[in-house]
Amino acid sequence: MSETSTEVTHRTIERVARESYGRLVAYLSVHTHDVAAAEDALSEALLKALTVWPRDGVPQNPGAWLLTTARRSLIDLFRHQRVVSDSEADLVLLTGNSEEVTLETKFPDERLKLLFVCAHPAIDPNLHTPLMLQTVLGLDAARIAGAFLISPKTMGQRLVRAKAKIRDGGIKFEIPELRDLPQRLDAVLEAIYAAFGLGWDDMAGVDEGGRGLAEEAIWLARVLLQLMSGEAEVQGLLALMLYCEARRAARRDRDGRYVPLSEQDPKLWSMPLIDEAESHLAEAAKGGQPGRFQLEAAIQSVHAERGRSGRIEWSAIVHFYEQLNVISPTIGRRTGYAAALAEARGAEHGLAVLDAIDQDAVAAYQPYWAVRAHLLERLGKGSESLFAYDRAIGLAEDPAVREFLLQKRG
Amino acid sequence: MQFALLIYESPDAFASRKSDGPHPYTSAWRAYHKALVEAGVFVGGDPLELPETGTTIRIQQGKRGVQDGPYADTKEQLGGFTILELPSLDAALEWAARCPAAAYGAVEVRALAPELRRRIVG
Repeated sequence: MSETSTEVTHRTIERVARESYGRLVAYLSVHTHDVAAAEDALSEALLKALTVWPRDGVPQNPGAWLLTTARRSLIDLFRHQRVVSDSEADLVLLTGNSEEVTLETKFPDERLKLLFVCAHPAIDPNLHTPLMLQTVLGLDAARIAGAFLISPKTMGQRLVRAKAKIRDGGIKFEIPELRDLPQRLDAVLEAIYAAFGLGWDDMAGVDEGGRGLAEEAIWLARVLLQLMSGEAEVQGLLALMLYCEARRAARRDRDGRYVPLSEQDPKLWSMPLIDEAESHLAEAAKGGQPGRFQLEAAIQSVHAERGRSGRIEWSAIVHFYEQLNVISPTIGRRTGYAAALAEARGAEHGLAVLDAIDQDAVAAYQPYWAVRAHLLERLGKGSESLFAYDRAIGLAEDPAVREFLLQKRG
Repeated sequence: MQFALLIYESPDAFASRKSDGPHPYTSAWRAYHKALVEAGVFVGGDPLELPETGTTIRIQQGKRGVQDGPYADTKEQLGGFTILELPSLDAALEWAARCPAAAYGAVEVRALAPELRRRIVG
């Protein structure tokens, strides 16, 4: 009996940790700029909760309890260090409003500032996403390392260095000014999207990094939207990820084989997620400023439409890619454009787009070779197609995609 | 920088060598090799004969010890190696993830040790 209640308490702690981790880290570091210390203090508080809560019961406001406990150990830590003269000021900031926070059920949500800090231009762009996953969601370095294909030790060291830079480099915990906002917000959105790692399931390729963190990315986007409601590109990003997430169950058949998007059974798509995506995209479109993520979401909405109409409106997809290429023509977008153009106007048009891409830039870019192989095959260029298939197979990481391409190659 | 990919294969992967006609694992390797060469990162490498054909030698206290089979008795065994020229460990890990053996065993990535090489080779 008592064991069961302990288990319930443990689950509560887990839930509270997940829900309030980022809020607590943000709140504890917003004045000190010391994210690492805030994380340490919070994990100490969580450890304490594991012994105290099963004994005394879960406090009425678990978040505030964790905050008070974490702040106490943070103050101890700063008192202990006392080396940096600034920490005196930090202490004042930390202790100054303690009374109010203990009594209040809510404390200010500073996660938006933390998100902007994680994606600050002074931080290596490759670390924007790992920093967010760790400081806002509490993911451990090993898990993040796995998703980003970096050794856990290296990832740990890079995160430690990035946090030292946040602490010592004068990076401000603030919402950027209006004139910097679009660019700074873009970095935050890019970082969230990188965690999602969209599968290129419409062209038999798989975008490498960051797979397996789709849920975490959607969670981050929801947090961001909650903090910046009405921001069109945030809604666009959330819509984009929800459309893709809706297709998860349809991507493999019963035997685990890869199923390309155009052959997926729409009955396996999650309608609630698609509906939610549609409503976000529609809301975003009201602003009349189609940005990168709204356009990418719009492409996915055309694919989703096949569930109702039974056909894919390729000319609409071509149109959205053309707009995307005006914003910035990345290799991925140009490849996607080529695939769509081939469907809308013929394989030779798609191939011409691929031919115009610099070969050095695609030496290790798998989706390019998958699309190229497919188009050459359709144009009856057998030997060139086989070469491209080999490149696509050789660059594939996902065994199911590799198997699919091996079969197509024949 | 040069990195070695040490290819550890499962018994199933080794068994694929004996199959009649093209086996998907071998086809995947052929494509992977082509991708490495075309990307300009391939330096060298080769597959090895089956682990049970190995012979392991030790000289202990002046006595020769000879053992049939590979050095370590593990489920996955060294089946080959590939040397790649790449700018960073991150890039090497990306190529290792694409290696067909990563899904049928394991791929260990190790940097070559050019400094030690200089001390030895002179």
